[in-house]
Parts: sequence; structure tokens; C-alpha cells
Amino acid sequence: MEENKTKEKSSSGDLGVGIVNYGAGNIFSLTAALERQNITYGMIDTVADFEKFSHIIIPGVGHAGAAMEKLQQTGLVDAIRALKKPVLGICVGMQLLTDHSEEGDANLLAIIPLKTKLFDKNLGMKIPHMGWNNVDLKNNLLFENVDSETQFYFVHSYFIEYNPTFDIAAVTYGNKFSAAIQKDNFYGVQFHPEKSGEAGERLLKNFSKLSS
Amino acid sequence: MLSKRIIPCLDVKDGRTVKGVNFVDLRDAGDPVELAAQYAKQGADELVFLDITATHERRKTMIEMVKSVARQLNIPFTIGGGITEIADAEALLNAGADKISINSAAVRNPILIEELAKRFGVQFVVLAVDTKHVNGKNMVHLNGGRLITELETENWIKQAESLGAGEILLTSMDHDGTKAGFDCGLLSKVNQMINIPIIASGGAGSMQHFTEVFQQANVDAALAASVFHYGEILIPDLKQELKRNEIPVRI
Repeated sequence: MEENKTKEKSSSGDLGVGIVNYGAGNIFSLTAALERQNITYGMIDTVADFEKFSHIIIPGVGHAGAAMEKLQQTGLVDAIRALKKPVLGICVGMQLLTDHSEEGDANLLAIIPLKTKLFDKNLGMKIPHMGWNNVDLKNNLLFENVDSETQFYFVHSYFIEYNPTFDIAAVTYGNKFSAAIQKDNFYGVQFHPEKSGEAGERLLKNFSKLSS
Repeated sequence: MLSKRIIPCLDVKDGRTVKGVNFVDLRDAGDPVELAAQYAKQGADELVFLDITATHERRKTMIEMVKSVARQLNIPFTIGGGITEIADAEALLNAGADKISINSAAVRNPILIEELAKRFGVQFVVLAVDTKHVNGKNMVHLNGGRLITELETENWIKQAESLGAGEILLTSMDHDGTKAGFDCGLLSKVNQMINIPIIASGGAGSMQHFTEVFQQANVDAALAASVFHYGEILIPDLKQELKRNEIPVRI
């Protein structure tokens, strides 16, 4: 992938966003959104690649258990756990940050002590949770200049339990769960910022400006 | 609260949108990228591109178009038309499509639904169904309603859901083109049978029709083509009208 467009370099020596390249779903839309925001990016294939970037994104679509297996095959797991740079997990990439997913009964990165669960079919809600939903945002740099109750685009069948310690944005679909979480330098969003209109693009921009 | 989605559908032939559009600030109404961006700006929640190219250059043309759209568009979009095998779907996914819609290929080979869902996830697989009322039954049709199948619409949709379809796009061929409103009766019946999202299609002629289909059939999304393309209904006006009727929408 090309590393171009460096207009928005921050004063902190921003090296751009590294995308963990572990083969879990298509990342064309994500890289396109970064390009539209003039955010430099590149791919992370090896442990050494982490040094090339100031910010890290873990994308992910599909099955969390399968995604974790693929991530393990890359040999990047320990390096991810040790990161001190801002890290953003998107969708399944967010779920990977948690301890465990009911999808495939899989143990995950265990960076944030939370569980990823299947929507309760007894609540009478359609699965997947697909479409635009209101997000109740907490005060966080990730959401700078994004109005609370802004809508983001979700597509998922598993969710991260609500926990006030790590929750930075909540959403309700059947029950209330976390739309975004944070622990130290690790952030996760369940929705797809790259598909969430201007608010999503704003969020990616905000992430790229977080200081280490 | 999860919003009801408004989805303009664009017909594409040889990489160009067909059917005229008269948005004032469009330079090239035939450019799918510019048209898509315009719809996103107006507040469309999602877009569907239906490829009607008949030549054997189609796949290449379609992939190029999908890439161009994905570079510019910041909302989700679905590609339909001519997808018959896993390789088609994979190429579209890698070009940036969020979902694919399959129709006749799934009727001919229902296992395709299962294979696509296993490989790419249920959220990627939209089953499009064209239905027509025949002798008291709802029958699945192919080729734009010209070819009847032996499948009853309700049974087919149930089967597709169990195979792994993530969403249903149900077009009533009796209502399509009439501008007399959606088939709320059938949509409501089907919606109550399934636990995946359903998109209503066929018959939109006024803003009132959208209100009706959300209130009466409680569908998750409503799709239309000509009322949007010819500017008869503007999406911001439609969203305001739906909001006035207490239907949750993204504004």
C-alpha cells in the first residue's frame, strides 16, 4: 500500500496510522476513509512494522474466533498487547481487545477485561444489529466535535457488555451495550467509522491526532 | 434507537448510471460516483447499485465502478446484478462493497447463500426476491418478473434465512412502477416470519407511502429509484416527514 498524503502531520511527530494486516475482512473502505481525511497509513505485517507508525488500527469483519486465530498466525499478538501507542479496534477488531467472545467460544487478546456476547434472541430484536443507531457519547478526545446522540453505522451480531469503567459510548438495541470502550491507550468502536458519514470521518481524524 | 433506513437504488449499465436525474448541482448524472456522493450528502442511509450490464466485460467494469464508489462514499452500499459465484462476491468485497445482493443465482443454487454466508458473514449477503401474486399465492419471479418459478415467496424467504441470508430485499412486481404504494400486506406478513432485516421495494410514489410501509409493515428499510432520481421526493424532506410521524430516522 502506498504511504502518501502527509498534510496533517501533528507537532508530536505523527508517523501515521498502521493497520494490522491479518486478513480479517476487507479494508478498502477503511483505507479510503483515511485517504479522504488525508491521514497517512500503511500496513503492519511484522512486529518491526509497529515502529513505523504512531497510531495503530485493528480492523475486523466476520467471525471473532476465526479473526483471533488469524491474528495469532501473524505472530503479532504479544506486540499488540505491549503497545503504548494509541490503538483503535474497529468492530471485530474492538471485540478482539476483550477477554472472550461467545462467537466460537474464543479467548481473545484480553487487553480490556470485558466479554463479547451474542444478542439475546428472546428480546425479539433482529440479528444482525444493522443500520444507524444513536450513540450516547461520553466526554472523550475520540469524540471531539462529534455531538452526543450522533448516529453511527453498525453491523454486528455480537456485542460487548456495558461496563461503566471502560465504556466511553453506549448504544441501545434490545439492551444497552458498549458502542465504544477505552482502557489506557486502547480504544475500540463497535460501529464502522469508515461507513458512518462525516461523524465517522471526524472520529478517525480525532484518533489520528491522539497523543501517545 | 435504530433508525429506519432510506435507500436509493441506482441502475448501472457499462459503469454508468441509467435513468435521468435532475439534481441541480450535478455535473454528470451518469457518473455513479458523483450521484452516490450526492445521495450521501442528502442523507441517504445506504445505497444499492444494480448492475444491468449484459456484456462479458461486465465484471471488470463493475469492479472499477465499485472501487471508485468506495473511495468517495462514506455510507454503506450494496452491489447486485449478475453475481453467480463466490469469486464474484470476493472481488466485490475486496473492491469495497459492504454487501452483495443475489437473486436468480440463489434460486438456481440455494447453497450459494450458505457458502457466501460462511465465507464472508451473513451481514454481507442480501437476498433479493421479486414476487408476484399468482392465483392466490405469492410466487418468486426471475428476470424482472417475466419468469415465474415454482417457489412460493414466503417459503423461499424462510429457507434463505435458514441458509444464512443476512437481509431480504423484497420487491413486489405487482406494485413496482405503479407509484401506488408498497405492498404493505405482504411485507408485514414476511417481516413477522423472519428475524433478519427486510428492505421494502416496489411502489413508492409519495412520502406518505414511506410512512405507511414503516408504520404498517414495520420494515427496516425502504428502497426506491425513480422518485429519488427524478427529484420527486427529496431525501431531507422525506426524513422530516417520517420524523413528524414519529418514525426513527437519521437526520
